[in-house]
Amino acid sequence: MISFSNEIKNPYTELDKSIGGRFADNPATNACKLCAPLGASLVFKGIENCVPLIHGSQGCATYIRRYLISHFREPMDIASSSFAESSTIFGGAENFNAGIDNIISQYTPDVVGVCTSCLSETIGEDPGMLLGEYRSSRKDRELPAFINVATPSYSGNHMDGFNATVKAAVRCLCENGGGASCEMLNIFPGLVSPADMRYLKEILDDFGIDYMMLPDYSESLDSPTWDEYHKLPPGGTPRKRITQAASARASLQFGRVLGGNSRDSIGAGEWLEKQFKIKCLKPGMPIGIKESDIFFKTLETLSGKPMPEKYKNERGRLIDSYIDGHKYLFGKRAIIFGEEDFVVGMTALLSEIGVHPVVCGSGGESPHFADAINAVAGDAIKNFPEPPIIVNGADFESLLELALETRPDFLIGNSKGYYISRQMNLPLIRCGFPVHDRIGAQRLLHLGYRGAQQLFDAITNAVLEYNQDNSPMGYKYM
Amino acid sequence: MSMKNKLPDPAAVKDEILKKYPPKVARKRSKSIQVLGEPGLEIQANVRTIPGIITQRGCCYAGCKGVVLGPTRDIINLTHGPIGCGFYSWLTRRNQTDPGPDGENYMVYAFSTDMQDENVVFGGEKKLREAIQEAYDIFHPKAISIFSTCPIGLIGDDIHSVARAMKEKFGDCNVFGFSCEGYKGVSQSAGHHIANNQIFKHVIGLNDEAPEGKYKINMLGEYNIGGDAFEIERILKKCGITLVSSFSGNSSIDQFERAHTADLSVVMCHRSINYVAEMLEKKYGIPWFKVNFIGAKATAKSLRKIAQYFEDEELSAKVEEVIKEELVQVARVAAEIKPKTEGKLAMMFVGGSRAHHYQELFREIGMTTMAAGYEFAHRDDYEGRKVLADIKVDADSRNIEELHVVADEKRYNPRKSPELKEKMIKDGFAFSDYEGMIPEMPAGTMAIDDISHYEMEKLIEAYKPAVFCAGIKEKYCVQKFGIPLKQLHSYDYGGPYAGFVGAVNFYKEIERMVNTKVWKLIKAPWADAPSLHAELACE
Ligand code: SF4
Ligand code: SF4
Repeated sequence: MISFSNEIKNPYTELDKSIGGRFADNPATNACKLCAPLGASLVFKGIENCVPLIHGSQGCATYIRRYLISHFREPMDIASSSFAESSTIFGGAENFNAGIDNIISQYTPDVVGVCTSCLSETIGEDPGMLLGEYRSSRKDRELPAFINVATPSYSGNHMDGFNATVKAAVRCLCENGGGASCEMLNIFPGLVSPADMRYLKEILDDFGIDYMMLPDYSESLDSPTWDEYHKLPPGGTPRKRITQAASARASLQFGRVLGGNSRDSIGAGEWLEKQFKIKCLKPGMPIGIKESDIFFKTLETLSGKPMPEKYKNERGRLIDSYIDGHKYLFGKRAIIFGEEDFVVGMTALLSEIGVHPVVCGSGGESPHFADAINAVAGDAIKNFPEPPIIVNGADFESLLELALETRPDFLIGNSKGYYISRQMNLPLIRCGFPVHDRIGAQRLLHLGYRGAQQLFDAITNAVLEYNQDNSPMGYKYM
Repeated sequence: MSMKNKLPDPAAVKDEILKKYPPKVARKRSKSIQVLGEPGLEIQANVRTIPGIITQRGCCYAGCKGVVLGPTRDIINLTHGPIGCGFYSWLTRRNQTDPGPDGENYMVYAFSTDMQDENVVFGGEKKLREAIQEAYDIFHPKAISIFSTCPIGLIGDDIHSVARAMKEKFGDCNVFGFSCEGYKGVSQSAGHHIANNQIFKHVIGLNDEAPEGKYKINMLGEYNIGGDAFEIERILKKCGITLVSSFSGNSSIDQFERAHTADLSVVMCHRSINYVAEMLEKKYGIPWFKVNFIGAKATAKSLRKIAQYFEDEELSAKVEEVIKEELVQVARVAAEIKPKTEGKLAMMFVGGSRAHHYQELFREIGMTTMAAGYEFAHRDDYEGRKVLADIKVDADSRNIEELHVVADEKRYNPRKSPELKEKMIKDGFAFSDYEGMIPEMPAGTMAIDDISHYEMEKLIEAYKPAVFCAGIKEKYCVQKFGIPLKQLHSYDYGGPYAGFVGAVNFYKEIERMVNTKVWKLIKAPWADAPSLHAELACE
């Protein structure tokens, strides 16, 4: 077993994106990232009565809708300003105005969320200015609130778009804060599932904390059957609550990496801290026991209340199951891929259950990725036979090559890992985003003790199933 | 039609829909929403979607890269642009292919140049060249094609000259590009046209070696969603008909190269591929006509027409034999299903041909299509090719290149002499035909082009159809109304629905959907009365 001497600042082999010699200078084969307006749209869908508008050609909106739907299996209205060829020459102002007029007349929304596409960015459209003109030409009527955000995909991926939009929502809607004058806590959970969001809300309620969670698509993107049709699905962060963001007592912003490649990579919480001195707490995504402990500890401090019995028990049961399942997982090797903070959280979880993350890959390009992995799993990793290979700007071709090289026991991440799993006959534990070849992606739970429990069971069972299927005897007992 | 009596008046439904729109929008939409009945009715189609009105339509790139070239397995399809466009078109249409045990298959890959800031500022040609080189070095494919996305047109990368240079450099790999930026045209349709042009220019006619076979045909506009092409191939083979090429379901580039050696082109999806059919006739003398392999009767009819075209007793006899044999099973299942589906309503809004073709299958199990429309079709797909001459060419269509094709000096060979063709036409044989969807729909039903979300909601409220057919973007809205939606783009993991086996699959699927009990569970026991004083539910 190799252990690491302390002089090496970062003990991980960090590979660049030209890994494996394929498509150096980063053209992507089977990309491990999606585009920025998708992330923006997702945030807009998590704001109450908000309609997203992608400023550009309609194709992007259509693609993004169909893609999000394949994950959430819910209605997904995203409008477009439907550029014509002439708009690329004369600008898209006319289409922009018409688009917003039509959204208002059809939906009477509280908020219209405007993001740009690569096309409108390339021709230099400025939605902030367009909105200003729109507003001043329609002074005679009551207008919804607007959020605008620049989301060119040539300088950031879906996660960057997501983070930029959370920040933009706060920037555009919050009223000048009185600095921690209200009891409310801002919570920015990042790209998590509707089930994760419901769980977070339950936890916060149990701690008696008044909060504003942004975005909150726990209902809007996972809604029950309806008795009557809704133009916009119920649920989402109320606009009113967002307006108070700058008066909150503190912000809780999940993610040790956050942003990364976006032009300004600070999160909404950090922005509020900079602008309004609202304290920003930045725990990692609470995936696994240790990261969840930090989160719950923070809530104890914030609420002044002890940890409710319910969660103590969840934690206890989780540890009990770790003990039961440990023998099946210990020493197994895994490849993790997805958004950076998701991968970091997953690395934290796997390394605490004795699984060796051999490759941690993300399509993102944050310089903090390796450090964050070190922070959550550094101790555990020291005991592993070799350090994980950390890949920024990964695509699935490079991950396949690494898989062939590192021979993992399973893969954990989104549905796009399927080809690797198929080619190498390895279990793929589907989680994160996007999961479009299984049902129930919106109900996957990742966060907190309950999420760790679900993940742990899923991982252990995947390994057991694999062993059972490949056993010559076909044992029925473990 | 008897249903007229019990159902809401479609004219009133139309008025109701239009009421909510601002006057200008209402005027425009009014021309795209038509109540059928009057002959000679004109429908507005292929016009730009109104900004802010949520449409089913995609972009030109989607039509070119996704639809027409998407099903090609041995061409490396490289998206030149930022990451999203390529990612979203990564095998999302469920095209199937059978490369054989050692065949090349790049369909499971998504290649993109993944443009970054600096490429947008300084141009992306260098990166494109590198990506092509890499693809060539690693895979040694027969062909690499390049698709431009929106930003490319604006930064002015010349993909065609890059393609030419790389093709020359490699010597053994065909490289060609498609300027299919998403903002061109009004929908996928523009992309189809661009795809047709480039394939015709760069691929068709490269190999004169004709495959063996007595009755050689091209199958145009069949994309092998859910295995449809496999079923059609099975039937053709059984009849002794040789498929020279398929555009582009289960295709290979060799097939495209030899398409001009066939003696007939049959067209499934008229919208997406009629250009190739026309050009094959002009340049090489291969006649074409429209067929439909969706629906058992339509399949039989199409086979008979092919046999008739070849004027060959033996083929006709064989075709009759096959039809007779295949229909046994179809008739048995239809008889079983029909009593459970008869009289129910369907609606379908999809594609450029499916909204028409699938009406056939519903008719076979006694269901009526109350409303139908296309996403990206033109007037000729609704009203028939007879209106082609009076379709106004607007700014959006004018920008799409119209190839000027003339008869090939050496290889032009009219498969039917002009006299013979003339005679066949006189006897009622239709060439280069498409009657369109509307003539087949009963009076009192509706045709709606580029239906919006809101219009869809209104229609469902008014008619409560037993099943609604569209795509994934509509699926979950419609199902929130408690109405099942059948995806006719991707088939919801089902299929095939073409040919005889497909018809049987579809009957069963629809019966299952319209009679499923799951919707009955929606109503909870406490919905009617407060349960406080009611009996215990378990007593
Ligand atoms: S152009 Fe940009 S915004 Fe549109 S789909 Fe492509 S990557 Fe996404
Ligand atoms: S950027 Fe253009 S080509 Fe890409 S999806 Fe959007 S409309 Fe289509």
